[in-house]
Amino acid sequence: MHNGEQPTPHESVAFSEAALAEFNDIVSRYPERRAALLPTLWVAQREFGWISTTVQAYVAELLKLPIAWVEGVVSFYTMFYRRPMGTHHLQVCTNLSCQLRGSDEILDAVERKLGIRCGETTKDNKFSLDRVECLAACGGAPVVQAGDDYIENLDVTKTLELIDRLATGKES
Amino acid sequence: MNEKVLLHFQDTSADLTDIEQYLGEGGYEATRKALTEYEPDGLVNLVKESNLRGRGGAGFPTGLKWSFVPKDTGKPVYLLCNADESEPGTFKDREIIEHDPHQLLEGIIIAAYAIRCEIAYIYIRGEMALGYKVLVKAIADARNKGFLGKNVFGTQLSIDIHVHRGAGAYICGEETGLIESLEGKRAYPRIKPPFPAVYGVFGCPTIVNNVETLACVKHIIERGSDWFKSIGPEGGPGPKLYCVSGHVRKPGVYEAPMGTPLRDLIDRYAGGMLPGRTLKAVIPGGSSVPILRAEETAINMDFDSVAKAGSMLGSAGIIVMDNTTCMVRALRTITHFYHHESCGQCTPCREGTGWLEKLLIRIDSGVGTDEDLKVLDSVAQGMMGTTICVLADAAAMPVRSFLAKFADEFEAHVRGEDCRADAVHRRVA
Ligand SMILES: Cc1cc2nc3c(=O)[nH]c(=O)nc-3n(C[C@H](O)[C@H](O)[C@H](O)COP(=O)(O)O)c2cc1C
Ligand code: SF4
Repeated sequence: MHNGEQPTPHESVAFSEAALAEFNDIVSRYPERRAALLPTLWVAQREFGWISTTVQAYVAELLKLPIAWVEGVVSFYTMFYRRPMGTHHLQVCTNLSCQLRGSDEILDAVERKLGIRCGETTKDNKFSLDRVECLAACGGAPVVQAGDDYIENLDVTKTLELIDRLATGKES
Repeated sequence: MNEKVLLHFQDTSADLTDIEQYLGEGGYEATRKALTEYEPDGLVNLVKESNLRGRGGAGFPTGLKWSFVPKDTGKPVYLLCNADESEPGTFKDREIIEHDPHQLLEGIIIAAYAIRCEIAYIYIRGEMALGYKVLVKAIADARNKGFLGKNVFGTQLSIDIHVHRGAGAYICGEETGLIESLEGKRAYPRIKPPFPAVYGVFGCPTIVNNVETLACVKHIIERGSDWFKSIGPEGGPGPKLYCVSGHVRKPGVYEAPMGTPLRDLIDRYAGGMLPGRTLKAVIPGGSSVPILRAEETAINMDFDSVAKAGSMLGSAGIIVMDNTTCMVRALRTITHFYHHESCGQCTPCREGTGWLEKLLIRIDSGVGTDEDLKVLDSVAQGMMGTTICVLADAAAMPVRSFLAKFADEFEAHVRGEDCRADAVHRRVA
C-alpha cells in the first residue's frame, strides 16, 4: 500500500496443514479457546503477511469468536499489521534513552534516504518505516529493529549502510 | 565487584542456553531440592524470610504475595511470569531470558510448586522474537529431561510452562492488563480489588511475578535466605540488575548488590559521563518515576533509600542525562510515550495524557505561555489517583517533578529564550 490508500484485503485465506496443526496445539494450551487469539493471530500474520479483514474473519471462525471481537483486539495491538509491509520493516526507537544518543538524526536520515515518512512503505515495496517505543535495548541505544532483529549501537552512517545491505540482499 | 549470580553467564565460558552445559554448572539442582525436600508452605516461608521484594517495579514482598493465594477453592491456580518489560529505560529481563533462560524456568517451577500451580505462562513482549525462541527451546529441553510435564523429577507433581507472546502494548505489563491480554482481549486493566491472587486469569487465583523476581527465587533455594539477606539492606536485599542508559560511556545492565550507590553505578560500572560532559539529571527507576537533579544523586539504589529521596527504584532503569539535555524536549518524549500507551478506559488518563503532550509540544516549539505551564501542572495533578491503573500517575509524576526541578528551563522556553542546554532541538513530529 502507498500513502493514504486503503489496502486491498486478501481474497480468501486458509491455514496450511502445518499451520492448522500448530493452531490445534496452541488451543490445547489454554483452558479457554479465546485465550488462543493472540497466538493464532501471530500464526496468521506469519502465513498471510498481514491481518486483513479477510484474515480477521478467518481467525474469528477458527476460534468461534465474533468478527468484531477479533477486529477490536487486532486494532489494540501495534504489532498486528493492518496494512501489508515492505520486505524490510524498519522500526526506529525514538524513546528517551535512544533520543539522548541521537535517534532523531537517525530517523531523519532514514526518511530522507528512503523518501518516505513514518507509517509509509516505499513504492517498490522494499521498505516500510515506523518509529517504535522503547524496545528494552537501551544499553545498545540507538536501536533500530529490522524485521525481528535488533540492530544496536547505531549512528547515522551505520544506519544508512544497514539500509544499503538490506536493499542489496546482503542481510536478510 | 561481587560474584555475579543473575548474570553468571558473563563469568562462564558455558553457553547456558544449552541445557547440557547448564546442567554441567549444577543447573536444576535447586529445583530438584525444592520439589523433593520442601513442602509448598515451607518454600513460601523461605521466600518470606529472604525478604525478596518484587523486581517488576512496585517492590511488593514476594513471599507475602504468594501467601495470599486462597487454598481449597477447588479452582486451578495460575502463575504468570511478567516478561513484558516495556518501561522506557528498562532492559534487564531480556538479558536473563536471552542468555540464561533456565534459571528463570527453575524459578517458575519452584514458585509454581509453592503456590500449587500446574500451568504457568510466560507473557513475553511481542518485540522480543529472539527471547521467545530461546524460551520455547529451553522449555522443550526441560520437558525432555522430565523437569516439566507429568511427574516432574519423579514426583507426583505435574507442572508445565507455556510462552505467550504479546503484540505491542505497554499496558500489558500492568498485571491485570496482562491477564486480560492473555485471555484474548484488549489489555484493559481491571479495577482492584479483587486482586489477581484471588480472582485472576480465567477467574482463578493467579500470581504475577517479574522475570528477575523469579530468577532470584532459584538462587534463594540454592544458597539460602540468610545468604540473600546478607546482600544489601535487610528490608529489601539481594543481587540486583541495574539498567544504565543515556549519556554514560558504557551503557548496559550491571549486577550489583541492592543498595549500591547510584554514583557508583554511573561512574564505576557504566564508566562515567561522556568526555567533556557533566551530569545534569538522573531518572533512577524507569521513565515514570520522579527525576533527580545532579546534586540529589548521592543516594543508595534500594527501594527505601530512593523513596526517601523522593523518587522510586521502580524497574531500576537509570536514565542518565548530561548538560546537553533539554529538559523540555526530554519530558515531551516521555509524555508522548504515556499518551501513546494509555489504554483509553479512564477519562483522566486518556484525555490527560493527550493534554500533557499537546502542551509540551507547544512549549517545546517555542509558542508556549506562562499559563500553559500552570495548566500542565494542574492537569498532571488532576490525573493522579483517579484512575483504574497507575499509568495515569506514571505519566503525571515525571511532569510534576520536571516542572518543580527544572522550572527555570521551562520558564526560559515560554519566554522565547534560547534553550539553555546545548541540546539537539531538531525533529518536531
Ligand atoms: C503501567 C504499568 C506497566 C507495568 N509494566 C511492567 C512490566 O513491563 N514488567 C513487570 O514485570 N512489571 C510491570 N508492571 C508491574 C506489574 O503490574 C506487577 O506489579 C509486577 O509484574 C509484579 O511482579 P513482582 O511482584 O515480581 O514485581 C507494570 C505496572 C504498571 C502500572
Ligand atoms: S489509567 Fe490509563 S492505562 Fe490505566 S486503565 Fe485507565 S486509561 Fe487505561
